[in-house]
Amino acid sequence: MLIEPAAGGLYCEAGGFHIDPWTPVDRAVISHAHGDHLRYGSGAYLCAEPGRALVEHRLGAGAKVQAAAYGEAVDINGVRVSFHPAGHILGSSQVRVEYRGEVWVASGDYKRAADPTCAPFEPVSCHTFITEATFALPLFRWDPPAETVAEMCAWWDEMRAAGRPAVLFGYALGKAQRVLAELARCTDRPVFVHGALVDLTEVYRASGVRLPTIQRATETARGKSFAGELIVAPLSARGSTWMRRFGDHSSAFASGWMRIRGARRRRGYDRGFALSDHADWDSLLQTIGETGAGRVFVTHGYTHQLARYLAGRSFDAQPWQTQYEGEPEGAE
Amino acid sequence: MKPFADLYDAIDRTMSTNAKVAAVVDYLSAASPADAAWALFFLTGRRLKRLLPSKLLHQWTLELTDLPEWLVEASYAEAGDFAEAIALLLDGRVFGPPARRAASHAQSSLFADPVPDEDHSQVDLPLAEWIERRILPLRDVDDEEKRVRVITWWSRLDRRELFLLNKLLTGEFRVGVSHTLVVRAVAQIASLPAPVVEHRLMGSWEPSADAWPTLIGPEGPADDPSRPYPFCLASPLEDPAETLGAREEWLIEWKWDGIRAQLIHRAGQVFLWSRGEELITERFPEIAAAGMRLPPGTVLDGEVLAFSGGAPRPFADLQQRIGRQRRVSEVAAGIPVVFLAYDVLEHEAVDVRAESMRERRARLIELTSIAESGERIADRGQRIADRGVLRISDELTAPTWAALAAIRRESRARGVEGLMLKRWTSPYRPGRKRGDWWKWKIEPFTMDAVLVYAQPGSGRRATVFTDYTFAVWHEGDLVPVAKAYSGLSDEEIDELDRWIRRHTTERFGPVSSVEPVHVFELGFEAIAKSTRHKSGIAVRFPRILRWRKDKLARDADTLESLERLVRR
Repeated sequence: MLIEPAAGGLYCEAGGFHIDPWTPVDRAVISHAHGDHLRYGSGAYLCAEPGRALVEHRLGAGAKVQAAAYGEAVDINGVRVSFHPAGHILGSSQVRVEYRGEVWVASGDYKRAADPTCAPFEPVSCHTFITEATFALPLFRWDPPAETVAEMCAWWDEMRAAGRPAVLFGYALGKAQRVLAELARCTDRPVFVHGALVDLTEVYRASGVRLPTIQRATETARGKSFAGELIVAPLSARGSTWMRRFGDHSSAFASGWMRIRGARRRRGYDRGFALSDHADWDSLLQTIGETGAGRVFVTHGYTHQLARYLAGRSFDAQPWQTQYEGEPEGAE
Repeated sequence: MKPFADLYDAIDRTMSTNAKVAAVVDYLSAASPADAAWALFFLTGRRLKRLLPSKLLHQWTLELTDLPEWLVEASYAEAGDFAEAIALLLDGRVFGPPARRAASHAQSSLFADPVPDEDHSQVDLPLAEWIERRILPLRDVDDEEKRVRVITWWSRLDRRELFLLNKLLTGEFRVGVSHTLVVRAVAQIASLPAPVVEHRLMGSWEPSADAWPTLIGPEGPADDPSRPYPFCLASPLEDPAETLGAREEWLIEWKWDGIRAQLIHRAGQVFLWSRGEELITERFPEIAAAGMRLPPGTVLDGEVLAFSGGAPRPFADLQQRIGRQRRVSEVAAGIPVVFLAYDVLEHEAVDVRAESMRERRARLIELTSIAESGERIADRGQRIADRGVLRISDELTAPTWAALAAIRRESRARGVEGLMLKRWTSPYRPGRKRGDWWKWKIEPFTMDAVLVYAQPGSGRRATVFTDYTFAVWHEGDLVPVAKAYSGLSDEEIDELDRWIRRHTTERFGPVSSVEPVHVFELGFEAIAKSTRHKSGIAVRFPRILRWRKDKLARDADTLESLERLVRR
């Protein structure tokens, strides 16, 4: 097989490189900058140009990072490697690998819904497709993001009318910036953020994503009232002393898991917005169909369920054991 | 149904009790009387009797989604809620009203549609009309007609309404608002004291356009002879009994391990209500017969207990009577029950709840002695005739707190749960008001058991493994002995949930079999022999006391050690 699930990650023996390895390797080809796909310590990194700033930001100085434009082929020991938009977060890519006429695509994480912070997913024809399955159950089907964002804005309006702070939790990289970019379309009010989001958000802004003015909640006058303000925070801030400044607030979580009522109630959020950076059930099937692949490997999420369903529809489909996590349900 | 769906969402979207009350007030104030009555019916936890087996909803879901059954079932498990999972599976799928299957035509003509000209594609109806013109008539039509109607509604409702409809159809509709808050909201609308409203909402009333104005009107509904009073509830005693003041200020009784119930004799009829507001008169005909011997206009508060030879029998015996709705007499012969009265709420058709415990106790002694075929007793609190179904719950006369503490230690041998402490000067208050009624329970039994199965909870905990099955050793095997749902902190639940996901060895539907590694200390109130359990024993109120990370599976208890705890 051109790519195999080895001990350290997905390995292409012909090219001598790993894709999104979870242990340090000589040469790592990176789909995107989330922690479960990008780890420290590898000798050299190759990623898509639009994702380079995030990859370098996360790896810090000293890491050897090379980037290629979307669609541009890089030759690694005779294997052609190219990146194609995955629509997941800024710079996220599917990795296309071609060797002696055989084409594989490792999709990393992906979604098909519109997202103002990244290039839209492009289907790539291949023989073998490696897919995620974070939300691979048929009850996970997203509303158009515009509707979910409208609900989010209505919630903020409601809280503004009630004079209460509205605290929206989301993943620090990707979801937070997507939410901010969506809000920039419907308001020009400044948004308060947790400090952990600031640097990542500035990387997005420097990459040309239109974002609202953000202000650290800590850089405000002592005793400032956050009544009616929107605050975007990472999950790790929940329950921390940082939250005390907001007093009686309404809390919400932006995540695909919020599709299910019990998932929201258990975590004690007042509101849940099912805004996900992963493909829903219909999009997974649509995408797998569009690649034309006859063989599918499923890396994380509901891997057994998706593989079994595909096998029932005459795909050669199997789950792979990996260390990718998809959309974490709790703190990152 | 949209305003009702909005109410459901408003309640669901806040943890603030004031906001919940405000949402209920807003809805009830704006609703028509019929809608308000139906909403109140559901808000107070009443349910429609099941209208169709959920198997049919499952079949129609398969038909509409064209998904493999195992995948649909995996979706139910993920949502943790059947009605919600169907709503989410159907949401966004385009399907029209179904073709009627020809085969059932002849059969369906046998059933008269009570509202023959209904246009079932019309779904934008107020709540009351939804219930009365759509949902309730489903009872009277055959399965094929049920299918056509339900799928027609499904094709036209948005997912919020679809979810509510499914909840109503499966009879599992619950709203996340406590009874107290609903009472508070109605009291606010009616400008009446909460206890008055609480009493009016008790028992059985028909949700109708006429019911609502009388419920909130100054006069209240016409007297319904069956209507019980709200129960007075005790709080657990956490401080030493000495902190309660002088011993003489308290009436002390055993805390019985049966079913709390209210026995009503009014207008020539007897009603027995459980604390869950369920009428259980027919399950206990001997208590109903004894109730007829009370003077008309009497309401007693007490405990239904399995009882023989002058002593209570294990709760497991009573359970056989509770479960039995037909052919009661056969079981009744083997398991005699009594009604142990401990309070009187209505005497000679007068509500006496405002009187002191001392005054009510005097009335109670008089009443129970009348009921015992005129066999009067001389001394207050003395045990009355040992036969007879209607008895008084004895007063314990030990003179000091220390002496009571000593008696309390006999609880287990006597088959009771500890002591009840009631202030002699207290009125009978609705609900759990701290200060006048205390339960002084005995320490639970404990065992160390191994976690062997786990399954996701429901509602708030639908996606997390929170329902656990525990086992003890028997001849080298682990035998399940108890299920427990509570007792761990949220952090421990999350930790255990993650562990279970990584260490599942087998799955049976939603149940995961896990590696037998973790030991938990379980508390439980009683233990009895049981032919219904594989282990041969049944434990009562098991709950997790501690996660014993310091113990290995082999350190857990054995079935033999538990069997030694079984009385007699």
